[in-house]
Amino acid sequence: MWCVARLELSRLFLSPFAWVMLALVQFLLAYLFLSHIEYFAQIQGQISAIPGAPGVTELVIAPLLNNAALVMLLIAPFITMRAFADEHRNHSLPLLISAPLSASQIVLGKYLGYLSFFLLQLLLIAFMPLSLMTGAAIDLYQLGAAMFGLLFLVASFVAAGTFISSLTTQPIIAAVMTFCLLFLLWIIDFAAASTLSGQINWLGWISLLGHFQPMLAGQVNSVDLSFFALFCIVFLLMTVRRLDAARLS
Amino acid sequence: MTILLEAQNLSRFFGPNIAVQDIDIKVKRGEVLGFLGPNGAGKSTTMKMLSGNLAPDKGEIRINGFDLLSQPKQAKAQLGYLPETPPLYRELTVREYLQHCARLNGLTGTSLKLAVATVIERCGLGDVSRRLIGQLSKGYQQRTGIAQAIVHTPAVVILDEPTSGLDPQQIRQIRELIREIANEHSVILSTHILPEVEMLCDRVQIISKGQVVFADSLSALHQQRHHSSLRVILSNPPSLNELYTLDNVSSVEALSSNQFRIIFHPEQDPTESLLANAVSQQWQMQELVREQDSLEDIFMQLINTDPSTVGANS
Repeated sequence: MWCVARLELSRLFLSPFAWVMLALVQFLLAYLFLSHIEYFAQIQGQISAIPGAPGVTELVIAPLLNNAALVMLLIAPFITMRAFADEHRNHSLPLLISAPLSASQIVLGKYLGYLSFFLLQLLLIAFMPLSLMTGAAIDLYQLGAAMFGLLFLVASFVAAGTFISSLTTQPIIAAVMTFCLLFLLWIIDFAAASTLSGQINWLGWISLLGHFQPMLAGQVNSVDLSFFALFCIVFLLMTVRRLDAARLS
Repeated sequence: MTILLEAQNLSRFFGPNIAVQDIDIKVKRGEVLGFLGPNGAGKSTTMKMLSGNLAPDKGEIRINGFDLLSQPKQAKAQLGYLPETPPLYRELTVREYLQHCARLNGLTGTSLKLAVATVIERCGLGDVSRRLIGQLSKGYQQRTGIAQAIVHTPAVVILDEPTSGLDPQQIRQIRELIREIANEHSVILSTHILPEVEMLCDRVQIISKGQVVFADSLSALHQQRHHSSLRVILSNPPSLNELYTLDNVSSVEALSSNQFRIIFHPEQDPTESLLANAVSQQWQMQELVREQDSLEDIFMQLINTDPSTVGANS
């Protein structure tokens, strides 16, 4: 299992793709980070008089990580698209299948490989808010909760992407499908918000955004954590099923 | 001798189409089994089933005593598989790739290093071990594929058309490599190239349209010959009837006005009486050639005449 993860990670970094992704995402977020700081510096004078006003964590870090989540939504499909689609196209899947590994080990190995790429990405992102510590007091607990939420969110993206990659032999189709699915789950909340209050809001419940927002605000609910965990497990299990089905069909 | 791979009653259907039906395979230690058949006969399907890439609809497969379906991990650890298209990652170097394959098969530390070094040497990959697989020629890619299959010294190595698409020199090198591998592993070799089987295999299994039409040793295959023939050129030929009445001749065929094919049973050779008659009656023999019934002919006979295949097709 670990050797599958290791190979996936090293293959990502053998192509320029991963490096370009890391660099560009960092650049984009750095720009957003600076513009948030700029805005905060502008209004700082006005809000400092108000008691209980939002601080730097609420006004800079939370929006930054919210943006980061959106950027992850955009890049995750391109990282995970290769998972199985590429193997199918390369005819390299028999190598894994006839190795003494179970289907779940193969899937989990790939998943962990991609997840470690995103861990690295998140680590790089985390340096930005942490750099504020040199000049301001930040709410480390809120930052921690938000990063934690971001990690869970990305883990869900990767799980969904891995599953969809196992459905097709064309990586680019996998990427587009993953993006559509994730985007739908992201914006489904908008439709949910417009339904009458008081009804059971199941659309809101399946929204990834809806479960991420509380964590961004520093609220770690077990409901949200279990939602993300369930999300990952369901998609990974479906991937395992899919891999087994390829053997049977 | 211990049986390393045993498959019984393997059947596989793709929808209503029968890909493979009731195939039995047995491979003993140190044996090379040639799996022979025309394209589309079900060779690759069988190879996929034996390597665990395709689940059979019926039947069971045991590799070194482990059932492939109920104990897949133990069974697959005893197995090396080279599919039709070698499963390579183009962006890795040969060494990196083989290290990964060894790791997949549970090798670690010094045993991993040793296994990779040995296999690189055995497969003659020393010069290219630091090059990217994507840049190698097809022959070297094929060797890398074979190296991948034997890096963990499995009991059984399954090679699916290992020489297809190579140039004659590469084919020779790969064949030498396979012969060498056969010294330590049992090999199942699927191919549609007959001379390859004659050169490499101890036993042959011929399948046609998903069914086994022949399974025995190579020498038994040669005994399948139904008749042998002589081709003669006579400047002053007698009538066909005259030739036909010679001892031991079962039939005569006129190829041209002075060329004849004389067909006889392998046990009864008419050469002597033919020569004696040719001299005494002045037929002026110019050429006498013994026509070997090649493996090719036997093969064609087997896959064309077997009555059971007719039913499978309709």
